[in-house]
This record gives sequence, C-alpha cells and structure tokens, in this order.
Amino acid sequence: MLDIINVEKRYTNGHLALAGLNLSVAEGEIVAIVGGSGCGKSTLLRLISGLDVPTAGTASLDGTLIRAPRPEIGMVFQEPRLMPWLTIERNVAFGIRHLAAGEQWARVSETLSRVGLATNAHRWPRELSGGQAQRVALARALVGHPRVLLLDEPYSALDALTRSDLQDHLLDLWAYDRPTMILVTHDIEEALFLADRIVVMQPTPGPLRAEVKPALARPRDRLASEFIEWKYRLLAELDRASRRPTGDETFPAANI
Amino acid sequence: MNRVGGNWLLGLLLPVGLAVGWEVMVDLGWARDHLLPRGSTVIVTLARLAASGELAAHVEATLQRVALGFVFGVLSGTLLGSVTGYWTLARRLFDPTLQALRSIPSIAWVPMFILWFGIFETSKVALIAVGVFFPIYLSLSDAIRGVDRKLVEVGRVFRFSHWEMITCVLLPATLPTYLVALRSGLGLGWMFVVAAEFMGAESGLGFLLVDGQQTGRPAVILGAIVAFAILGKLTDWLLATLSGRLLQWQDSFKPAE
Repeated sequence: MLDIINVEKRYTNGHLALAGLNLSVAEGEIVAIVGGSGCGKSTLLRLISGLDVPTAGTASLDGTLIRAPRPEIGMVFQEPRLMPWLTIERNVAFGIRHLAAGEQWARVSETLSRVGLATNAHRWPRELSGGQAQRVALARALVGHPRVLLLDEPYSALDALTRSDLQDHLLDLWAYDRPTMILVTHDIEEALFLADRIVVMQPTPGPLRAEVKPALARPRDRLASEFIEWKYRLLAELDRASRRPTGDETFPAANI
Repeated sequence: MNRVGGNWLLGLLLPVGLAVGWEVMVDLGWARDHLLPRGSTVIVTLARLAASGELAAHVEATLQRVALGFVFGVLSGTLLGSVTGYWTLARRLFDPTLQALRSIPSIAWVPMFILWFGIFETSKVALIAVGVFFPIYLSLSDAIRGVDRKLVEVGRVFRFSHWEMITCVLLPATLPTYLVALRSGLGLGWMFVVAAEFMGAESGLGFLLVDGQQTGRPAVILGAIVAFAILGKLTDWLLATLSGRLLQWQDSFKPAE
C-alpha cells in the first residue's frame, strides 16, 4: 500500500507546489492523476519516486518512508531519457546492473521481447522512433520487476495512433506482474482507458479535488458509448475543478 | 582510389603545392634558399639524419616526453576536472587556485621546474603535463556541469553511487567535449615539448632545432619542424580516429561534401 499523507512541497525559491495532499493507492491498482498544467502532478510523482522529498507530511510504501529512490519503484519520464551512448540492451540493463552478467542479459532479452523490441537490442537510441524509444524506457523501468511503476505523461509527445497502441501495450505489460501503477496524464481518454481510479488535482496547492472510479469493464473500448459518456463526465469534473475557487472544502469534493 | 586515400591526397595538396612552388621559384632564380631551404634540401637532410640513426633517436626522445607528459596531464586533468565538476565544495576549493595558475604562462614555470626537478627528464615531462592539464581540466569540469539534468535523474532513480554517476553517466555524457579537449591537450603537449627541449636537452627534435640554429643549418631546423608537423598530425589523426569510433552513437550533423 502506498500512502501519501498530508504532503506539502515548497521549493527553495519559496514556490509552493503541493499542500495538504492525501492519497492512498492499493497494491496492483492503476491510478491516473489528472489536472491542469502546473497543479503539481509531476511534483507528486517525484515525491513518490524519492527524487524529491516533501517539506511536510509523508510518502510511504508499506509503512516505510520514501526519502530516496528505491528499487521497488520504477519510473518512466515524459521523454525516454535513454543514454545515447549505450545500445538499447545496455540501456535496459541499466536498471539491473548489480545482477550477474548472465542473468542480466537473460532478463534484458526477456523484457525487450515483452515490449516488442527484441530485434533492436543492438541498435543505438538515435535509430529508434519516439514510440520505440519510449518502449525501451518502459523496458528499463520494468526489467527490475518494480512493485510500483510511476509514469509521468509517458506518451504525451507521441501521435494519437502510437499513443493508443502503447496504451494497449502498457495494459498487457501490467498484466504480467501487476505492479501498482500511478500515471500522470493530460489526456482524459488515456486516464479513462488505463485507470481503475482517476484523481483530479486542483489548480492551486491543496487537497485532491475529486476522484472518479469509472464503472467500465475491461478491456475498455474507446469507441463504446459508455466510455464516451464517462469521458464527458470526467471532462465536466475537470472543468469544475479548474473553475471552482479553492475554499475550505475537503476531499472528496466530488465522487462520481 | 578509395575515399580515405582521396582525403589524404587532398590534405597534402596545399603543403606539397607550396613546397613545389618554392622549389620552382628557387630553380628559376626568382628566390634564394640560403634562409629558407627548398623542399628537396630538407628531404635530403632528413634522409641523411635518418640514415645515421640520429633522427630516430631524436624522435624517440621527443615522443617519450610527449607521451609521458600527456599521460600525466590527462590523468590529473581528468581527476580534478571530474571532482570539481561533480562536487561544488571541491570546485569552490580548487577552481579559483587552478584558474589563477592557468593564467600564468606555463613557460614561466621553467626556472622553478629546473630548480625542483633538475635539468633532466622530470622537469621536461612536468612542463608538458602542465600544458596538457589545463584544457582537459577546464573542458571536463565545465562539461560535467552542463550534463543534461534529466539523464542524471535517471541515474538517481536507479540509485547510482557517486562513482557510478561519474563513470556511467557524467563521463560518457561529456565524451564528445572530452575527446576534443584531449586533442587540444595533445596539441599543447607538442608545443610545450619544444619549450621543454630548449632547456638543456641533449636529444629530441627541440634540441635538433636549437642545434640547427647554433650551427647555422636552416635545413636541419626546417627538417625538425617538418618532423614535428608529421608527428603532431599523426598523433592527432590517431586521436581523431579513436574519437570517431567512440562517438558512433552520436546523432550528429554530417557536413556537406
């Protein structure tokens, strides 16, 4: 269980990015975090990853405080962030460098097969398309079998077709060992397609604005009328979240 | 003819053209060669020095000094460049002093080096190492501070130690700059070996230069200069070739033909 309790993050320049935020995520749950630009979504993910530490409150995994990156937590960034001087297989092996060479290569090759890039193992990152590079980044995060996978707008730079392909693919990968997955996204459809629960952040630092648990069976069909109906509900909720001034109302402001 | 051979020939066009032009001008009586000997005279002089074994001995002595000075300069420049690039405290501690030392013309160290290390090899190698050190130190230290924060964060997510961060992320990321710094350091090494061999050497191409001047043999001076040019070009070519192999991952601009 991942617990974010009353978290605040103030940067050294005085900017307050998060305040009084609470969120609990169950084992194996897929949670999408949505909200307008600059609402602190990525900051929240950085706190969970251990890249940053909160100035108040706690982030913990199974009761252990997260104060630094941990092996159980994998992360995929908005850009692939591959090391350009390493071949694809060496980029993936980055995450399991402490294993014996034989085991390393077996796991790298198995993970590259899972992301459909087995034949690209010896290529350089510059030779890959944006979608392929992001799949390598996913393989690098998954190769160590993390219990929690954090995704920070991983597909935002890709075209719509590639994006929907990769979303399908992500669910297949998730089904393999079902890590807890927290996804930050601007894309309502992506959140609805992937997540068990969608939490909406408000534009200014404060508690979560709302949470949505779409009653949609899996696998989800983006063209089904129920899906489209949920999409509009979520859009309305986002719109409300962005317009409403922050008062003293507490979470959950809305549960739909 | 293959492409590499063609490129070499194209590069030789200018020096060979100038030498042939000078030769023709002297032959036609338009110029005199007592101060600037013609190419054929320089080649004959170099051949005579080579046949007597004198040239090989001078080249070996110079190469040895450059190699040793280069290795020490590169090792110390890499070590201090990495440390000051990575740790702010180390940068605050060492960088002001090193920058002040950098502004001293290295030749100014010659009397002190002779005093400290004697007139023989150590002072010469030390002078060359000082010349090589600064471009490596400066480029690496600055390049490390310019490495993309996003790549460093990937290293942090995977819990890299300081050593792993330096060797697996920062140094590879700075490799293109570092390799250029190595070439520039090597160039300075060749410049400083001349100064080093001016100070009481008994062998080396720098000594040959001084010897040619003192005995009034401009062809020997020019022969030594040509030997310096050839050796400098060859060692730079080796580094450039190595750079090309090490940087094949780069997605870089391909200049027009």
